[in-house]
Amino acid sequence: MKILIVEDEPQMLENMRQTLKAEAYLIESATTFHEANDRIGIYDYDCILLDIGLPDGNGLELLKTIKAKGLEDGVIIVSAKDSLDDKLMGLNLGADDYLPKPFHMAELRARVKAILRRRNFEGQNTIEIENVRLNIPDRILFINDNAVELNRKEYDVLLYFLSNKDRLVNKTALAEHVWGDNIDQTDSFDFIYSQIKNLRKKLDSYGAKIQIKAVYGIGYKLQKK
Amino acid sequence: MKLLNYTTTYFSGILLVLISIWAVVFYFAMFDEIYDSIDDGLDNRKMVLIERASKDIELLQKPQLDEYLYTIEKVNFEKYQNFKDTYRDTMMYMLNEDDFEPVRVLESVFRNNDDYYKIKVVTSMVEEDDQIENLLIYTIILYFSLIISILILNNFFLLKVWKPFYHLISQLKNFSLDSNEPINYKKTNIEEFVLLNKNVEKLLTKTRETYSAQRQFIENASHELQTPLAIAINKLELLFEENNLTENQAFQLQQALENLERLKRLNRSLLLISKIENDQFQQLSNVNINQLIQEIISNFSEMASHKNITFGFSSSENVSLYMNPDLAHFLFSNLIKNAITHGISTSEITINLTEEFFKINNYSSSAPLNGEQIFKRFHKNSMDATSIGLGLAISNSIARKYGFALIYYFREGQHSFALKFH
Repeated sequence: MKILIVEDEPQMLENMRQTLKAEAYLIESATTFHEANDRIGIYDYDCILLDIGLPDGNGLELLKTIKAKGLEDGVIIVSAKDSLDDKLMGLNLGADDYLPKPFHMAELRARVKAILRRRNFEGQNTIEIENVRLNIPDRILFINDNAVELNRKEYDVLLYFLSNKDRLVNKTALAEHVWGDNIDQTDSFDFIYSQIKNLRKKLDSYGAKIQIKAVYGIGYKLQKK
Repeated sequence: MKLLNYTTTYFSGILLVLISIWAVVFYFAMFDEIYDSIDDGLDNRKMVLIERASKDIELLQKPQLDEYLYTIEKVNFEKYQNFKDTYRDTMMYMLNEDDFEPVRVLESVFRNNDDYYKIKVVTSMVEEDDQIENLLIYTIILYFSLIISILILNNFFLLKVWKPFYHLISQLKNFSLDSNEPINYKKTNIEEFVLLNKNVEKLLTKTRETYSAQRQFIENASHELQTPLAIAINKLELLFEENNLTENQAFQLQQALENLERLKRLNRSLLLISKIENDQFQQLSNVNINQLIQEIISNFSEMASHKNITFGFSSSENVSLYMNPDLAHFLFSNLIKNAITHGISTSEITINLTEEFFKINNYSSSAPLNGEQIFKRFHKNSMDATSIGLGLAISNSIARKYGFALIYYFREGQHSFALKFH
């Protein structure tokens, strides 16, 4: 899997590179509009993380170029502006996703994985770990080929963990991903614990060979048993 | 009181006094002139009669005041010497009026040869009481016609003159710093109004510029904060990944992370406020509120059931509002989430939705809130330290943007927020 990160802020770029590298992707980067333009012209990428606000040009122009060339690279717009216009315009121009800064590393991984899955396993969009299989288009969980009933939130939580296998998922990141931006610390994240407990119960009762582990009391990690 | 009415009242008072004084002065001046003229006539007749008497001796003996209205009598020298010409008013029977009417009498003495005579000449006079009555009537007529003239003048002429002023006032009444609608200044030739318009325009332009610069500043500052915040949060997350932290280090880092998260939310809220104020939520559609509330309740169901809170939602069918869907979502989810956060465990949150209003009540152990302060930015309830105090301020801005009224009240242990749609 080859990923291009177009980002002018060096530390931001480094963070993204580091977290995606751990997923064993091949990472290339560009810090200017022109550099990015050159790379897009030469190489094919599975996914491009595109910052809109580049010092020497607008990332949306790059998106136009990608689409004009008929390239099938998946594109995630990364923007510090969190502007509705940019979002709408980007998605209209054919971007696959829009990720406003600041975002959690877990969120970035989940979004990138979703794009890669959609591109590479057309029609067979599933995540398989050990004896657990999640069918994403139909939102069904199979453990040892037995369908397991999940409610909407349990499914979202599990998908998020599966997308961040072996990585620490912060409670805040999980809450924001599943319950939305409106949720915050005032609401206390205690209720997440009972969700996780229900999910663990279901996984165990069907004999799943994965587990959701609490880490430092600040988050969770999904791993093989 | 309106300026025009004020001047009219003022003028009426002044005119009443002035016209009264003027009427008195006029009355005396007029009578003075009349007396002067009558007395001159009497004097003239006296001289003509004396002249005639010196030629016609018979005339010298005429004691009766007949149709010629004069008498001549002989008097002795002593009387002649001490006599001075006198004009006086008296009454005399007039046949035509069948009444005693005022007359003017001139009494004088003269010498004819060696004899002395007293002459008395009479002429009819103006009737003073009639005159006063007439004067009064005409004065009152004058007074009222002046008032009517002023009213007409005010309401047609002055109103026209002041039009640019009233136009400006009505424009200022609807002026809002938030909107970009320009003020229409009425063209006028009056220097003062031209000056007023010019200066108001200058003031408003400057105020708007300052205001928009300030909003722009908040938006820019928030945007600039996004990247460093993202970097800091992500660095901490990567540090956690390293897996070799002690329990205590993890705890400290988590606290740092939580504060960064708080900063992130604060920044996001500020951006949202700027965007609402900069009118960046222009996309409007009919939002089905029943459906929206159902979705929000379902989204928060885990949070609610964790506190053992239940919802009682009653509504009229198909309430929809024409507004921005994102803002609608923020507005209602913020109110509902607040009710869950501050609601007491094992209680019911009741939600009422009709065409006219949305109402949400939750039981809470806390005292009534200050209904005015809670909608202000950065107002914090000392109870929760992690709250940034912007949620209700944003909700209120959204409500105001669409002409809704968001109010808070406390009744029988329940905190209630009501959103009136019209």
